[in-house]
Amino acid sequence: MNRLFKTFGPGPRLAVPIMLFLLGGFAAPLLAVIAYSFVPARTFSLWQKWSLGNYVEIFQSSIYISFLWSLGLAVATVVILAIVCYPVAFGLTRVFGRWATLITLLFALPLFVSENVRIYGWILFFIKNGVLLGSLKSLFGFELESIVFTTGLTLLGMVYVYLPFMLFPMTLGVSMVPQQTRDAAFDLGASRWQVFKEVDLPLSMPGVVIGFLLTFVLAVGALAEAKVLGGQRVIPITHDIEIAFTYAQNWPLGAAVSVLLMLVVGTLVLLVLRRFDLDTIVGRR
Amino acid sequence: MAGTPILQLRNLTKVFGNFTAVNDIDLDFEEGEFFTIVGPSGSGKTTLLRMLTGMEFASSGDILLRGQRINDLPANKRPTCMVFQSLALFPHRSVGQNIEFSLKMKGVDPAVRKARALELMLQLRLPETYYSKNVTKCSGGERQRVALARALAYEPDILFFDEPLSAIDYKLRKTLEKELKDIHRETGKTFIYITHSLEEAMVMSDRIGVMRAGKLVQVGSPQEIYSAPQTKFVSEFIGDVNVIAVTAIGAASLRAAEFATNLKCLPVPAGFTAGYLVVRPESLRFVGSPGETDNCLEGRLYNEYVLGSRVQYQVRVGDHVFIVEKLRQQAFGGHRDDKVLIGWDAEGSILVTD
Repeated sequence: MNRLFKTFGPGPRLAVPIMLFLLGGFAAPLLAVIAYSFVPARTFSLWQKWSLGNYVEIFQSSIYISFLWSLGLAVATVVILAIVCYPVAFGLTRVFGRWATLITLLFALPLFVSENVRIYGWILFFIKNGVLLGSLKSLFGFELESIVFTTGLTLLGMVYVYLPFMLFPMTLGVSMVPQQTRDAAFDLGASRWQVFKEVDLPLSMPGVVIGFLLTFVLAVGALAEAKVLGGQRVIPITHDIEIAFTYAQNWPLGAAVSVLLMLVVGTLVLLVLRRFDLDTIVGRR
Repeated sequence: MAGTPILQLRNLTKVFGNFTAVNDIDLDFEEGEFFTIVGPSGSGKTTLLRMLTGMEFASSGDILLRGQRINDLPANKRPTCMVFQSLALFPHRSVGQNIEFSLKMKGVDPAVRKARALELMLQLRLPETYYSKNVTKCSGGERQRVALARALAYEPDILFFDEPLSAIDYKLRKTLEKELKDIHRETGKTFIYITHSLEEAMVMSDRIGVMRAGKLVQVGSPQEIYSAPQTKFVSEFIGDVNVIAVTAIGAASLRAAEFATNLKCLPVPAGFTAGYLVVRPESLRFVGSPGETDNCLEGRLYNEYVLGSRVQYQVRVGDHVFIVEKLRQQAFGGHRDDKVLIGWDAEGSILVTD
């Protein structure tokens, strides 16, 4: 015991509880999922002949379409959020002044309400004869087509739900750009646009990249928006995974889809982090 | 100095809310001079500089560049450039890219840009291999040179400096001060420098302007500022000085109530009733008897400080602390708590107002 104490300092010793927790809560289930993805479809035992059959099945059935939908919606969400959030982040850092705290709080407030509650709230608001269309009808007599259960609303819902996850890292990134550096570029003859392109954008990149990754990873795993707001018009991959593990009782297929999703997302994240070495961007190395 | 003004300030004022940061300044900067604006923090020197560069706009008054009013011209349209306190180099760019920045903004051909950058690097004694080095990997002195090269590449009519040396250690600062003065000679451009250190200003400048609470209190050559300060503020700003509160009692005599004695001085200017007599530490001497100098006070040797080539002594007369300075070779042999006589001649003192 004494020797054990000498070999492991206080750091490793104090890390033991969380290590055990992560081992049991994260590593073990992950390994189980990976293992299940190789066993024959619709079976529940790991002790049989392993094959890549489940992976082949993904591309032979329509599951790969869900994959493309999930990736496509996630990319669209990230792009829209980038365009929407950068000006807000810029404003929060440089323009709004003492109002910035209040505005930040307003953006953060929805996070305190459950995502499902907010999404069902949207349904009540947008549905035919709901808050919006019903009021318009009874007050002015218009009758408009409801946008509920469309792919557009799914995307809008995702943009809305993941906005804080883009906005806050971006705001941090923008606030890391020193004012004197911007002044220097301006003083050296750069136009406002050139200052933005040459100084603001590259120096705020670490925050922007983190925002991209965070929202992309979350959006690929989105489920409720397509289910509730989109009325299952498009099926995201997460929905297929859920079905495989529940109704279909086809754990191996669900596991294979999950592993593939993790691989795709993991590869993208690695590629982005390799392309944008965060430390180099901010000049720390 | 040829005496051709390049930049003229007329009643220049900047007000923030109900605070007047820069108050009614009139000043002509001459073509090719090294002018330093000195003042303690909060004296308005940075605000003044920001107005000159176009990063801040004047509340009233005019800025004339070669006779043209440039008040409303933004920084990126002015033919002037500033070296920032933080240097504000672009951390995501190489040394070469930093220097070429202004040329790139103008759309100059990359090959021409590079040639110009290398030329400036040679002039500023930066090794050619640094062209593609990341600026964040350069030392403090090297970054200083990159910042200067970047500003020179803009080909400005006037170069402004906002205390770029303040964050650098003493020894390197002394080297860079001289280097900057050499570069001023080589380029022949007008340099306008701000600092809170009069010592730094003295080394480099052709002329110095001292600022206090938004006003310009004295303008002159380093010699003039040093030997003929007009106010107690300017005299004290230079460093250790001995200041005695006095009232005029005759054509060349003063009353120093604190020491209950009369002092001789150079002819008192007309209109002077009360003020301060300033005696520099090097003008004070230890004397054997009261008659040796025009004025003499008896005190107690309290402490001594060795400053390399010079030695300073703290002498207390009552509660008043005097500083006496001698060259090392002429060090005073007294001991602590010895009774000593310190004296000075009328020519060694300066009469100033508050």
